[in-house]
Amino acid sequence: MPDSIPANSVGLISPQTLHIETPITLECGQALPAYDLVFEAYGKLNQTASNAILICHALSGDHHVAGYHTMEDKKPGWWDNVIGPGKAIDTNHFFVVCLNNLGGCNGSTGPTSINPDTNTPYGPDFPIVTVNDWVKSQAILADNLNIQQWAAVVGGSLGGMQAMQWAISLPERLKHVLIIAATPKLSAQNIAFNEVARTAIKADPEFHEGYYASHDTLPRKGLGLARMLGHITYLSDEAMGEKFGRELRHDSINYGFDVEFQIESYLRYQSESFAEQFDANTYLLMTKALDYFDPASAFEGDFAQAVSKIQAKCLVISFTTDWRFSPERSQEIVNALLSENKEVTYAEIEATQGHDAFLLPISRYHDIFTAYMKKVASEVMPS
Amino acid sequence: MSLRPDLQIIFDWIPSGARILDLGSGDGTLLAALQKHDVTGYGLEIDNSQIAHCIESGINVIQADLDQGLPQFADQSFDYVILSQTLQAVKRPDFLLDEIIRVGKQAIIGFPNFGHWQCRLQLVFGGHMPISRTLPNRWYDSVNIHLCTIKDFENLCTDKQVHIQQRCIVDHAHQDSLGIKIAPNLFGEIALYQIKKSD
Repeated sequence: MPDSIPANSVGLISPQTLHIETPITLECGQALPAYDLVFEAYGKLNQTASNAILICHALSGDHHVAGYHTMEDKKPGWWDNVIGPGKAIDTNHFFVVCLNNLGGCNGSTGPTSINPDTNTPYGPDFPIVTVNDWVKSQAILADNLNIQQWAAVVGGSLGGMQAMQWAISLPERLKHVLIIAATPKLSAQNIAFNEVARTAIKADPEFHEGYYASHDTLPRKGLGLARMLGHITYLSDEAMGEKFGRELRHDSINYGFDVEFQIESYLRYQSESFAEQFDANTYLLMTKALDYFDPASAFEGDFAQAVSKIQAKCLVISFTTDWRFSPERSQEIVNALLSENKEVTYAEIEATQGHDAFLLPISRYHDIFTAYMKKVASEVMPS
Repeated sequence: MSLRPDLQIIFDWIPSGARILDLGSGDGTLLAALQKHDVTGYGLEIDNSQIAHCIESGINVIQADLDQGLPQFADQSFDYVILSQTLQAVKRPDFLLDEIIRVGKQAIIGFPNFGHWQCRLQLVFGGHMPISRTLPNRWYDSVNIHLCTIKDFENLCTDKQVHIQQRCIVDHAHQDSLGIKIAPNLFGEIALYQIKKSD
């Protein structure tokens, strides 16, 4: 809980809901007759609506990207360290929007929402959503906010993939794209990890084929295990070693299977708290969206052809110890952009924190982020 | 803003409208100055701390290690590839030269001349590795691991069938002199070459 709101915070924020009555047809062929998009916005949209920034969230993220909902909040939004007055994405200059993606579990229509056909939660019947569907629904939100063109679309990890898809699918609707800790598509290893996570969820006896809500239960163990696995892939060996090493919770080992090492305790705590907060069906959907992401597939597998559509200027950032989406994967994005003579800047940040580094206040990373966003600001505010 | 003298020479050699690749672009000063003359292209820089400066200069910069070559770029995809004061710091200058003339229709290469008389005197009479204004590091902490003389570089160009279109040999203040004209490898401190693949 903050004693007082820091001066460089966007402050107390209330999420907003956009209710859409026009049906949306998803990539899988199914349609949602009506849906809600929950979002937050910070800063002021200027008269020409040229200063808007879209933030795309990652796997377990949501619309609450900066500021506080109440004075009782333990933590600010998930990317508060880059968004706010005087921060990299400076809300003195920009109007910043972030929404909970369709299929999410934090307000936007998803598996926990009521299916109007059955008057029960969608659960596993919620259609599979893809990165393309998210871009489409984000564009509908932009239309409703009268934003014709984003000054920048920004995202890390799965958020970076959405940002990239924006630049490919709707090239005239953004001036800059920031693709952080992302990849042109998931590798077999990435998909394998996702499949283990899904198997863990589905194997939980409380899963009930996804209809756990009607059984008044949650697949806590399965989702917790999925999160544990995911969490390991977000951190580097170095980061875990620095944070926990082989430290024990008690003085000596017990020759048993209880939690003994600090890392075990940490993972258990993380997984238990996540399993209470996040919806398992949403987790399944989000991992599928990751697996399916492959913008080259619409261009006969030619990724360069896909990025040839891009008109936005690009900033691509990777982190040295990220083994989930390694610097080599970002370089694939950069090389495709170079082969098409696109405007691109690429930085590989020396960081020990693994994939999670994109969320952390690492000074060199933030210097680059800030310098780039200043350039974006100078373009939207020529004075 | 005035450019560092060697960069000014390079600047003067590049025609407006050219597409360039600046290897070891530092803070982006040269490319930023050239962009005002409708020159386009990218900077390549290994030092992460320079990337923010490049962004502030307004150039597109790619963080990359020149020791890995230039595999991300297609043959003859730039009008000019520039390598200033970096040739002597790479692991294999000969491989990099191959890459430069593969990617660039023309190239500009500048390096400190190890054949300068002061270097020679320090080695012959001092018996130690030379330290000079253009090569200020000691042998053990120098990034300059493949120092060469004007003669060495020109021999490499001959071996590689690289055509030297023009050269500019100057002292540390980037001035020409009678001595340099008569014996460039003895009196020149900095050498700049414009080269291309032989037809």
